Amino acid sequence: MGEFFASLFTIAFVAQTLRITVPYALAALGGVMSERSGVINIALEGILLTGAFTGAVAAYESNQYTLVGYEPNPIAAAVIAGALGGVLIAALYGLVVITFKADQIVAGVAINLLAAGLTRYLLKLLYDSASNSPEIPGFETGIFSNPVFWLVVLLAIAAYVLVWRTRWGLRLRAVGDHPEAAHTLGITVNAVRWQGVLASGALAGVGGAWLALSVRGFVENMSAGRGYIALAAVIMGSWRPQWACAACLLFGLAEAVQIKLQTYSIGVPNELTQMFPYILTMITLAGFIGRSRPPQALGQPYDSD
Amino acid sequence: MNTPALELRGVHKRYGVVHANRNVDLGVERQTVHALVGENGAGKSTLMKIAYGHVRADSGTVHIKGERIARHSVAQSIARKVGMVHQHFMLVGPLTVVENVVLGLEPRRRGLLDLSRATAEIVDLTGRFHLDVEPSARIEDLSVGQQQRVEILKMLWRGCDVLILDEPTAVLTPGEVRGLFETLRGLVADGMTVVLITHKLDEVLAIADRVTVMRRGEVVSEMDGKGLKADDIAHAMVGRPVLLEVDKGPAEVGSPVLEIEDLRITGARGINAVNGVDLLVRAGEIVGIAGVEGNGQKELVEAVVGLHPIDSGRIRIAGRDIAGLTVEARYRAGLAHIPEDRHDRALILDYSIKDNLILGLQRHFTGALDLLRTSAIAERADALIEKFDIRPANPDHLAVGMSGGNQQKIVVARELSRQAPKLLLCAQPTRGVDIGAIEAIHRRMIEARDQGLAVLLVSAELSELKSLSDRLCVMYKGRIVAKFDADDLAREGSLDEVGALMTGAVTAAEVSLGRAGDARSHDLAGDGADRSHSLPDPSGPAQDSADESAVSDGTVKDTVNDRMYPSEDEDEDENEEELS
Repeated sequence: MGEFFASLFTIAFVAQTLRITVPYALAALGGVMSERSGVINIALEGILLTGAFTGAVAAYESNQYTLVGYEPNPIAAAVIAGALGGVLIAALYGLVVITFKADQIVAGVAINLLAAGLTRYLLKLLYDSASNSPEIPGFETGIFSNPVFWLVVLLAIAAYVLVWRTRWGLRLRAVGDHPEAAHTLGITVNAVRWQGVLASGALAGVGGAWLALSVRGFVENMSAGRGYIALAAVIMGSWRPQWACAACLLFGLAEAVQIKLQTYSIGVPNELTQMFPYILTMITLAGFIGRSRPPQALGQPYDSD
Repeated sequence: MNTPALELRGVHKRYGVVHANRNVDLGVERQTVHALVGENGAGKSTLMKIAYGHVRADSGTVHIKGERIARHSVAQSIARKVGMVHQHFMLVGPLTVVENVVLGLEPRRRGLLDLSRATAEIVDLTGRFHLDVEPSARIEDLSVGQQQRVEILKMLWRGCDVLILDEPTAVLTPGEVRGLFETLRGLVADGMTVVLITHKLDEVLAIADRVTVMRRGEVVSEMDGKGLKADDIAHAMVGRPVLLEVDKGPAEVGSPVLEIEDLRITGARGINAVNGVDLLVRAGEIVGIAGVEGNGQKELVEAVVGLHPIDSGRIRIAGRDIAGLTVEARYRAGLAHIPEDRHDRALILDYSIKDNLILGLQRHFTGALDLLRTSAIAERADALIEKFDIRPANPDHLAVGMSGGNQQKIVVARELSRQAPKLLLCAQPTRGVDIGAIEAIHRRMIEARDQGLAVLLVSAELSELKSLSDRLCVMYKGRIVAKFDADDLAREGSLDEVGALMTGAVTAAEVSLGRAGDARSHDLAGDGADRSHSLPDPSGPAQDSADESAVSDGTVKDTVNDRMYPSEDEDEDENEEELS
């Protein structure tokens, strides 16, 4: 027991927490971008999965070939491909909910189902496996010397500045709260919403690539509900990027503790300790959801006519 | 040459089978207040949304300052300095005043928002045009009147010299209306052109230089504002002569129906909304309660209905103490109620006329197995639609698509057709209702009185109170501060006294001492001389204007113009980007 607590105060544990937090935080930042513009983003789950798949494929393939005498960096390739894959599936989502004004919950769930099926299908097609990709190059170093980690930190700061301190952020917040008001001032509501949704695709897509790089490969359905947890973090953080990240850190911490609990058996069944992060989600949501106020036009398609 | 500031030619707009606008021509001269009047549904708002580019016409052209606008959009109107204040405010609640004002034309410095300069500019505007509002306040913390000022600021900051206001006074208190008109006069003196959409005649008479009347999507009359009479406008709006003053004989007063003793109610924010009110309404009389909204009238009415708990005091209907009775039992005891907010309290908008007509009475229309007796419901609907002239006369029509006046007629019809009502509570019964319907509703209220009902009328409209009330109480800060009987009301200048009492400008004691003559006039239709009302510094300070876009006649002040390009020392293409 004492050993267990001691293990929580180590650099290794902090690193573990951060490693788990990164994909949550990226997906949550994506969620903020999309939901602030008024578009619910249940599809985060599917975007994460898609980003993981395209990231894994890019890392694997770029490791196989030499491009005109230049050896591509598989990690950079994975990050870029993850973002692109995320943008692609987010674009499909945007088309359905912004342009065709479908119900955002239903369409989001459909995207998640599509992403699960499509990645499995492509996995079979490319690598003739139903469950996982071949091993890909992954992170070699600790998290603090991992440039991708610092890129994520930078993205989080940028998201904060973008939402609160820039013209784009002001418009993003305006179209999510009162699209008609923005429209009467000459702002094209659906264009801003498209930007928000595509940004969420890029961010969550990178989060997916991180997942694949952490375990050196793509595993079927590897997002494992992280998109939903990220969405909970968005709500807990009242749609503010900084607080959403803080909420993700809390979930990351909970999960890291849970993993530690498994290694130091303390007499509680593993099945119970594994529930810990999810129970924490429910409790905090129950406490926060009443107090945090969503963008007022969240979930309502805007008809510019 | 002085081209009109705004001109519409041959505008057609159809929504489905309804012609919202039919071949409309309209010219608005510069530096005038042009009133666009008509009943609800006459097409005024649609026409102005077309003029602003928010809605596109099926055919016809829009000309701004002589320039024909092709492929008209809101951005193009803004670029040509046309601004619109919509009836439902277009403000983003969680954002601050400054953020709302700059939205769409945000000044930037080194890529980030630069709100400090905009704040200074807004402070300057608020001072010059009596638009007092705190720039860093959040919109959702502001009163409705303050929010409207933000809307006007938004347009001024953009440098608008044509301002379209859609029903701007619908939500304002009499004092706020005066303030708004003062601001508008100052702006017109400063070079602004104002288009005012309204259906309130006293406002038209108080401020309009020119009046265009619309009916059923067409322009039916255009008149000069000078020497105009309310009757003329009303006639043009409705298409027949309208009785603005209701004929009523003296009241034949019977026994007490509503007795309220020392009533105290805690309001929404824990304050004493009603603070010791005694009130008596007898059969066969209409008792008016005058007051600016938020002085306890709403709580008073809702306490009688049973929608609001009381702290202490006694309420009796026809001699029976109704404390502890459910809302339904109170209705059975003889209550009928026309609530203040018909959308919130009286109607279900997605229901048909016939279903709305039995709301709360559904028990009387069920048969075996608790099934609704559809034929009885339909029969009743047909009878009431005919009797109360509800239009469209289709019992299956949904309430949501109807004009305010006809929606209110549904409420009045339902309430007056209850079984043996004794007491009729009317809260703001003609708010948002067009003149034709106002006339009908007033007539029904008089009829109810003459049939021996006790009627309590809560209203903020002085003319309505005066023409209907047999007795009048003024409510201020939860108390009844003055009572007027029929003789008092008949006296010259009594309305001014009521108005002054409503705003707390004078006390009842001062009125009775005959000092009310000093009270400011609340009668908007009162006096044309009011129009010369000047604002301090209407011409604006001298400016080193480098503004090439100044209008040729020079009446549009550079102070307004230079706000068009708040970031002009930054990149040039920025504005183009916004406006393309």
